[in-house]
Amino acid sequence: METKEEIIEVESVVVKFSGDSGDGMQLTGMQFTDTAAFLGKDLSTFPEYPAEIRAPVGTVSGVSGFQVQFGSKEIFTAGDQYDVLVAMNAAALKVDLKNLKKGGIIITNTSGFDQKNLRLAEYPEGENPLDDDSLDNYTVYKMNVSGLTKDALAGMGLSNKEIERSKNMFVLGLLYWIFDQSPDFTIKFINEKFTGESVIAQANINALKAGWNYGDNTEIFNTRFKITASNLTPGTYRSITGNSAAAIALIAASEKSGLPLFLGSYPITPASDILHELSKYKECGVRTFQAEDEIAAICSAIGASYGGALSATTTSGPGMSLKAEALGLGLMLELPLVVINIQRGGPSTGLPTKTEQSDLLQAMFGRHGESPLPVIAAESPSDCFSAVYEAARIALEHMTPVIVLSDGYIANGSEPWRFPSEEDLKPIEVKFETEPNSENGVFLPYKRDEKLVRPRVIPGTKGLEHRIGGLEKQHETGDISYEAKNHELMVKMRAAKIEKIADYIPLQIVDTGKEKAKLLVLGWGSTYGTLKTAIGELLEEGADIAHIHIKYLNPFPKNLGDLLKNYEKVLIPEINNGQLIKIIRDKFLIPAVGFNKIQGLPFTTSEIKSKILELLKN
Amino acid sequence: MIETNNIPVAEKLTSKNFAPDQDVKWCPGCGDYSILKQTQTIFPDLGVKKEDFVFISGIGCSSRFTYYMDTYGMHSIHGRATAIASGLKASRPELSVWVVTGDGDALSIGGNHFIHILRKNFDINILLFNNQIYGLTKGQYSPTSEIGKITKSTPFGSVEQPFNPAELALGARGTFVARTLDRDTKHMQGILKQAYYHKGTSFVEIYQNCPVFNDAAFFLFSDKETKKDNAVFVEHGKPLIFGANDDKGIMLDGYKPKVVKLNENGVSVNDLWIHDEKDRIKANMIAGFQDDPEEHLPRPFGVFYAVDHPTYEDNMKEQINRIMGKKGKPSLNKILSGTKTWEIDR
Ligand SMILES: Cc1ncc(C[n+]2csc(CCOP(=O)(O)OP(=O)(O)O)c2C)c(N)n1
Ligand code: SF4
Ligand SMILES: [Mg+2]
Repeated sequence: METKEEIIEVESVVVKFSGDSGDGMQLTGMQFTDTAAFLGKDLSTFPEYPAEIRAPVGTVSGVSGFQVQFGSKEIFTAGDQYDVLVAMNAAALKVDLKNLKKGGIIITNTSGFDQKNLRLAEYPEGENPLDDDSLDNYTVYKMNVSGLTKDALAGMGLSNKEIERSKNMFVLGLLYWIFDQSPDFTIKFINEKFTGESVIAQANINALKAGWNYGDNTEIFNTRFKITASNLTPGTYRSITGNSAAAIALIAASEKSGLPLFLGSYPITPASDILHELSKYKECGVRTFQAEDEIAAICSAIGASYGGALSATTTSGPGMSLKAEALGLGLMLELPLVVINIQRGGPSTGLPTKTEQSDLLQAMFGRHGESPLPVIAAESPSDCFSAVYEAARIALEHMTPVIVLSDGYIANGSEPWRFPSEEDLKPIEVKFETEPNSENGVFLPYKRDEKLVRPRVIPGTKGLEHRIGGLEKQHETGDISYEAKNHELMVKMRAAKIEKIADYIPLQIVDTGKEKAKLLVLGWGSTYGTLKTAIGELLEEGADIAHIHIKYLNPFPKNLGDLLKNYEKVLIPEINNGQLIKIIRDKFLIPAVGFNKIQGLPFTTSEIKSKILELLKN
Repeated sequence: MIETNNIPVAEKLTSKNFAPDQDVKWCPGCGDYSILKQTQTIFPDLGVKKEDFVFISGIGCSSRFTYYMDTYGMHSIHGRATAIASGLKASRPELSVWVVTGDGDALSIGGNHFIHILRKNFDINILLFNNQIYGLTKGQYSPTSEIGKITKSTPFGSVEQPFNPAELALGARGTFVARTLDRDTKHMQGILKQAYYHKGTSFVEIYQNCPVFNDAAFFLFSDKETKKDNAVFVEHGKPLIFGANDDKGIMLDGYKPKVVKLNENGVSVNDLWIHDEKDRIKANMIAGFQDDPEEHLPRPFGVFYAVDHPTYEDNMKEQINRIMGKKGKPSLNKILSGTKTWEIDR
């Protein structure tokens, strides 16, 4: 076939699908993403949902978006600005135009720009952005997607509603044509999804093909993109979201430790998907328990841990607050427990569907009494696997609750993952005590080993019956003790036990840049991709900078303090009002500089770059 | 009971086996002592290995119980024992799990967990020591204190009505609801055994005297002179008879329970209400006897309600086994890879 369009070869492209919540943009985006991944592209996604389940149709608050950056090089973020914006209605254009690159492409559904939609999107009376000159800086493709879909599906005996529901497939087909991606992957998906509903399946496939043909046959489009050949690390890949990665990490830890998995949880955005995902794995013997509230969720997990399970509880900020008292109990009992907090904008109900890193200080200090706990942060969707797996390993081997911090951005975002095999995973050593552990044949539940860890004995073990509880314990015997000196000893002992974990985690590495430089960018959690991209670009331009990203937030890797001394300035960007910076200043007494964004959104690469350049200047 | 080839017949347990070498520290005369004694007395008869008993308690004088039973046990946090027990039972269904709680612990701070565990029907035994007061925090009124109660936190009398724990448990779809009292040791032993044998959540309210902060709250139902006229002990299949000379009974007049004199006005035993522990509506009526002061209905004790219903842990296990049987357990590598993978090669 002769090509009439200009083909642009690029390394990477950013596409934003935007429409009403009912337009199926999430599914469209995911399909587009999965296809790109399947065809060997690296990518990173950023889905954004409205807080309301059914916000009024056509309004700005009802806009649902899905952003994906994909390409042949390594991709670490969903991109600052998009090359292509798909706007299914006027509200979508209004919300998302601001981040479209100058000269970028807009694909619009004209039926979403009628009088009613314009009014709902609050454009001034008589104004239509498709008709005036407001979009002159962009390449705008206008088509009546609803009408075209209707034509494509005529005669299939479908209701108007069913036809409307297929219009996202038309758009997807067109996008596949524009980006030279095969629609086969999606055709297979549709057939699987609608088994037994062959008419619906056929309608979706027809709409998809109609979209492709529309691009191919009409001469409206003068640009197509071709992504240059990939240079990703060879291997076998799958696509993964942060929450799915967390779920299978728990299963992996259960398999590697040989312990049954128990999850106690109470639904909350954006953490519920871990509960959903694990609830599917009944064939692995996973026990999921939807409790009556977050307190019961963590308490049931403590009960299961006492019984010998690998136990976990998953939640977001407000639920984390409810779990605080029981975390104190878990810490006092010295039982293993994985606590996963998918952070969202707070305080209170805050921005439930938006991302934030504002629970770090809560994880570190948000309990009564002297109560240090290990804290681990995940850096990317696929890194949620290793963060949660490590949390489980530390919980089981060091007999303590461990807090994992993820957030809405990486929990819902997805990326290709060169997944490990069973053999690659660190072993997890678990031992249940069955014999008395003192000379005189008495069992001492709080006698500690070289890691300062107490023995784990589960009910049902003959001859070792004993009681544990939240009251202060006497060293070694575990009997109730209100003795002054003993309390001080035990507080210090519990703290030393957590500090000791530093001997069993990897040393901190410098992620990018030099061991010594003018400026260090110190990050944690989900800012990883943005920081890496920004710093990588500046390093290429010759900037004297480096990037360290902390995964083990408590205890810190033993060499962190020494590493920090190698930099003249330390910049700490966070999606909060300055939390890691407090800990770093307190612990290492360095004059670190903060950079904070608290908008429910991740940093953009350019924001980070300009901040770095500003600091390098003076 | 032979355990394995070489180990001789397991020693027969006695109540002494359940008493740890710990001083019991309740106030002298506290009703909790009797409950401890009765529990230690019946435990050897249950046929459970000592190491398979687990006590989970919350916080309160009552919750100290866990320390005084030489079994496995966890003295946890205020109100949460039921939630902790749920997780333990879900992961270790073979254990015999007992929750000890107080009227504040179970019905105030732990009210949410209390109703939900009853609804979920784990095979667990809940012993609620009801002294109608907060003992451990030194005497505030509780959710079971009568209206007008004068305590430290209500010097002019409380202004709210109490819960009736049995009614609440029935409303929460409990499958075993019973009441006994500290001073009737034989009755308590019987009820504790029935609670153990019931498969499902067994709820036992135990009237417990707190001589320090709420003395004599239940003496009407235990003192020799007043007990027979003020308490009725219900038993499945038996008529509701009480009174100093077993001369009174309870009849149903339509929906209204009525106290009648036996062998007067032609009333005989055959006319009395026969207790049916499977009848939910009547169990609710029994639990509500105290709400009709004019009729002078006696306070009921015994098993009000007991029905079979699948337990949570059995249902959970059955579901897991069914799905495992159908799909087979996948290898970890299979789970790691998921269903859709692709290769990138050079
Ligand atoms: C979170 C929390 N809130 C409050 C308390 C204080 N507290 C301990 S026991 C108790 C009430 C106990 O009353 P009840 O459950 O009736 O037990 P009793 O002492 O009467 O046996 C209270 C309020 C606590 N330990 N924890
Ligand atoms: S305060 Fe009351 S309930 Fe508590 S131990 Fe003393 S007598 Fe018993
Ligand atoms: Mg009480």
